[in-house]
Amino acid sequence: MRKTVLLAALAALLSSTSAFAAGKTLTVYTYESFTAEWGPGPKVKAAFEKTCGCTVNYVSVEDGVALLNRLKLEGKDTKADVVLGLDTGLVADAKATGLFAPSGIDAAAVKVPGNFKDDVFVPYDYGHFAVVYDTEKMKTPPKSLDELVNGNPDEKIVIEDPRTSTPGLGLLLWMKSVYGDKAGDAWKKLSKRVLTVTPGWSEAYGLFTKGEAPMVLSYTTSPAYHEMEEKTSRYQAASFSEGHYIQIEVAGMTATSKDPALAKSFLSFMVSPAFQDIIPTTNWMLPAAKMDQPLPDAFNKLVQPAKTFLMSPEEVQKNRKAWVDEWVAAMGAK
Amino acid sequence: MHARRGISGERIGGAIALAFILGFVALALAPLLRFGGAGGIDQQLASVLTFTLWQASLSTLLSVFFGAVVALSVARRPSFTGRVWLLRFMAAPMGLPALAAAFGVLAVWGREGAFNSVLSFFDLGTKFNVYGMTGILIAHTFFNIPLAARLFTAALDRFPPTYWKLAANLDLGRVALFRLVEGPALMAALPGVAGLIFMLCATSFTLVLTLGGGPAATTLEVAIYQALKFDFEPGRAVFLVLVQVVLTGLVLAFLAAFPAPAEERAQQGTELRRFDGGSLASKLWDGAVIVAFLLFCGAPFVAILVDGLRADFPHLLADRLFWRALQTSAVLGLSAALLALLLSWLIAMARVSTGSRIFAGWLDAGGSLILLTPPIVLSTGWFLWLRGGDGFAPYILVAIINALMALPFALRVLQPAVRSHVERTRRLSQSLGLSGLQRLRIIDAPALSRPLLMAFFFALSLSLGDLGAVALFGGEGFVTLPWLIYARLGSYRTTDAAALTLILAAVCMAFAVLGTPSERRRGEAGR
Amino acid sequence: MTKAVELSSAGLTLGDHRFSFDLAVPEGAFVAVTGPSGSGKSTLFNILAGFERPHAGRVLLGGEDMAAVPPGKRPVSLIFQDNNLFAHRDIFTNVALGVSPSLQLDDMARAAVSDALSRVGLAGFEKRMPATLSGGEKQRAAFARALVRKRPIMLLDEPFAALDPELRHQMGALLAAMHRQEGFTVLMITHDREEARRLADRFAMVEAGHVAGQGQIADLPMLTARG
Repeated sequence: MRKTVLLAALAALLSSTSAFAAGKTLTVYTYESFTAEWGPGPKVKAAFEKTCGCTVNYVSVEDGVALLNRLKLEGKDTKADVVLGLDTGLVADAKATGLFAPSGIDAAAVKVPGNFKDDVFVPYDYGHFAVVYDTEKMKTPPKSLDELVNGNPDEKIVIEDPRTSTPGLGLLLWMKSVYGDKAGDAWKKLSKRVLTVTPGWSEAYGLFTKGEAPMVLSYTTSPAYHEMEEKTSRYQAASFSEGHYIQIEVAGMTATSKDPALAKSFLSFMVSPAFQDIIPTTNWMLPAAKMDQPLPDAFNKLVQPAKTFLMSPEEVQKNRKAWVDEWVAAMGAK
Repeated sequence: MHARRGISGERIGGAIALAFILGFVALALAPLLRFGGAGGIDQQLASVLTFTLWQASLSTLLSVFFGAVVALSVARRPSFTGRVWLLRFMAAPMGLPALAAAFGVLAVWGREGAFNSVLSFFDLGTKFNVYGMTGILIAHTFFNIPLAARLFTAALDRFPPTYWKLAANLDLGRVALFRLVEGPALMAALPGVAGLIFMLCATSFTLVLTLGGGPAATTLEVAIYQALKFDFEPGRAVFLVLVQVVLTGLVLAFLAAFPAPAEERAQQGTELRRFDGGSLASKLWDGAVIVAFLLFCGAPFVAILVDGLRADFPHLLADRLFWRALQTSAVLGLSAALLALLLSWLIAMARVSTGSRIFAGWLDAGGSLILLTPPIVLSTGWFLWLRGGDGFAPYILVAIINALMALPFALRVLQPAVRSHVERTRRLSQSLGLSGLQRLRIIDAPALSRPLLMAFFFALSLSLGDLGAVALFGGEGFVTLPWLIYARLGSYRTTDAAALTLILAAVCMAFAVLGTPSERRRGEAGR
Repeated sequence: MTKAVELSSAGLTLGDHRFSFDLAVPEGAFVAVTGPSGSGKSTLFNILAGFERPHAGRVLLGGEDMAAVPPGKRPVSLIFQDNNLFAHRDIFTNVALGVSPSLQLDDMARAAVSDALSRVGLAGFEKRMPATLSGGEKQRAAFARALVRKRPIMLLDEPFAALDPELRHQMGALLAAMHRQEGFTVLMITHDREEARRLADRFAMVEAGHVAGQGQIADLPMLTARG
């Protein structure tokens, strides 16, 4: 008796998700915060379905890394037509799977800092990593990575772990871009300011907003959220004179797609204003192509990095392990 | 223990449960080996291993010690007002997601926490720094002192009431009472309790990283996650899981080597009475212990409450997604808890009816070692079998994983109770010629309703707080409460997350209440 | 002559049950305590042993008022149907607890323990653990403890209920012999009328929270409504 009730409940639950509309279907693999109610997913789906005469079907996993892993596990059996949400750090690995087809999208349609060009993966938004600080706790934020590294050890920062998170890896590459061979020493110095290293961005940002540390590693766009959603300018990003490392989010179409034309039309749609207009206030990243609407004011006030760091995907792929080991050694020796 | 002859239904049931668990894990690991990643222990891994064992040992030691201290005081006072609420509270923390607990702990012990406010109020100059081993130990003991105290209290309360009468009649002093009665009861429960806590601490991930202060605080679980996720070396992940199983297995074997004293048959239906602890000093001590316990483990809950109440509840409750998450969590939790109950029942019954030490060892291991296989590994392996996994598959899979994760808890509750129950009723059911389902319905289920209830709600609480091994399956439909908390946190919505955490904590508390019904009043018991 | 046990209107209320006991037991008597289940026999024993404090009336043991005397200081030894031995200690230790609760034993005390064990027929059982003993042997060990403890009053709560008939006879004989030799006052709860007549010289019948009748064993009614 109990069991039947349970199964009925399960069935009721699933019926909403497994109902397909007739006609063409585009399966998009992406990460969860993209498809969240407040994320870009629902609006993107509605906008694209208006023009394509198809149904957009999201399959969302934890994050970009899980996205790539899922593809690796599925191999050629993957149901994905489009994979949306990898970042530049994962591009080399993603290509190596041989599961992606050239996009055929004109590179001129896309404008992102850092000269990222690729015939397979198309950027749809980007953001720069930045140290976000609490203006109520910190009157003089660091003006450079060097000031961050050498600053007052009592003013703490929360960072993410490069072994388990994308921002963590971003800071690692940022430090490497600025300090090169001396990154290990810089990490050793910075470690005195590091309150703790969290497994992901959520934990770090949570600690920061709870007041545990006056600084956190996040994005230049973070203040825009607080400004627009919470009407506060308490949290600001610090502009670093050396420049900022960039995270570019990209999408690509699979070689196994049953409807490559539809997949391609989605990628074109992605770099069109209809898609790009949605991005800033839902994904809290900067648009990678032209928008119709003006960028919300809060975004215009954001830190504009003087220089953008971006390592080639191949270089990242080749050195990541060694650099992470270097990081562990330097931080662990605290 | 007498050896029992013949193949009994109990043993077949246990064998089926065991085969199910081992099969489930083995099937998850096998396909991962097709992918790259090698074994081998380098220096970095060696230091991770050392740290894992060290922090887990310390955490276990502290949790077990203070848990025992609390249990001794609570058990000595079987009838104070609010006792049942104290017992209920002990079951509450286990349902909290690790991150929620971390935030709760930090609200008390963090740089801006209550403790530092007190320090600065009294102008004590120094600031308490929780990050590092201190933080890990505080968080682990916050979770596990209540667990240990709950299980130890149950062990003490299970003693035959005549023991306390005899002890009083023989005029046993505090020391003699501990040596003769309480100590052995705690020792009997120790391997199970300490083993469970050790496994929980050894496989701790979020708490260790978040509060540990840096990569020097890294557990094997982090390495497994890293291998499977960022490095995508599933073969190495399997290797690391095996290392974890072997290492922790050694610790468990060491704990199992403690001599388990023979348990006397407890009488049921007789009220709990204690005749010691009448002195003022002992009353003060027990009161102080209980208050300290409540402060330590209750303060993070207060922080969660305060934090959560700031949210816009009407807005939150109007959210369709919230209700769907609640629904999914409820369905998953219920299925997982029922399955955990079934498996733990089969294992516990088989465990008391087998005469074979080897089979008993396998049952013990099978009931626990699942904790050492991270959900992400299980779900990745099963993902490969299910190939995408549409429809029911992910739900069933997550329910099974949650059930298996809750199994060790349910077993710790059920097994000792089943043991004393079976010892007590063996002759009766033999003389009545009862067996199988008949016996279950007439003799077992009514007598064991309390531990069954407690095990069920333990499992429910745990499954509810589990993030769910859904990382790979995804899909829009799969929204659980803890997932929603993380999702809101992951998109700046900390206030919403705090409110959801409060709701989750309230549900866990409700389950703890349901799992520990009020005792019958004194005097109503038949005499 | 002082009474070993004297209860006058010793009353208490537990839940819906009211109890009020009047009982007088001469020194050295062997009293069979009978009565239907739930009538209050165990409560009577709890009052005597100090586990329940009567709200009214008086409890005198050996002529002394017990109102302020904790269980451990009362002149009684207790033996239950089972669980009389601490399971994780050997027989010697279990018996020795009767001499010294903190187990501080000199040679004489050790000798007394071994002597008591042989008197109950358990010579050489010192190192055995309770779990390895039969039901009858466990009760013998409990008797041995009462022997070394030398409290003048023994309270036995259905001590033989779990034993088979033949063993009951043997144990009854042992108890009777102990009673004769030591001069203990014995109160024993039993449902077995035949056993009561065989062992006891007096009876006390408990019904609905009161001692409904007491006297010489010969006057014990043959049957009661519910017995």
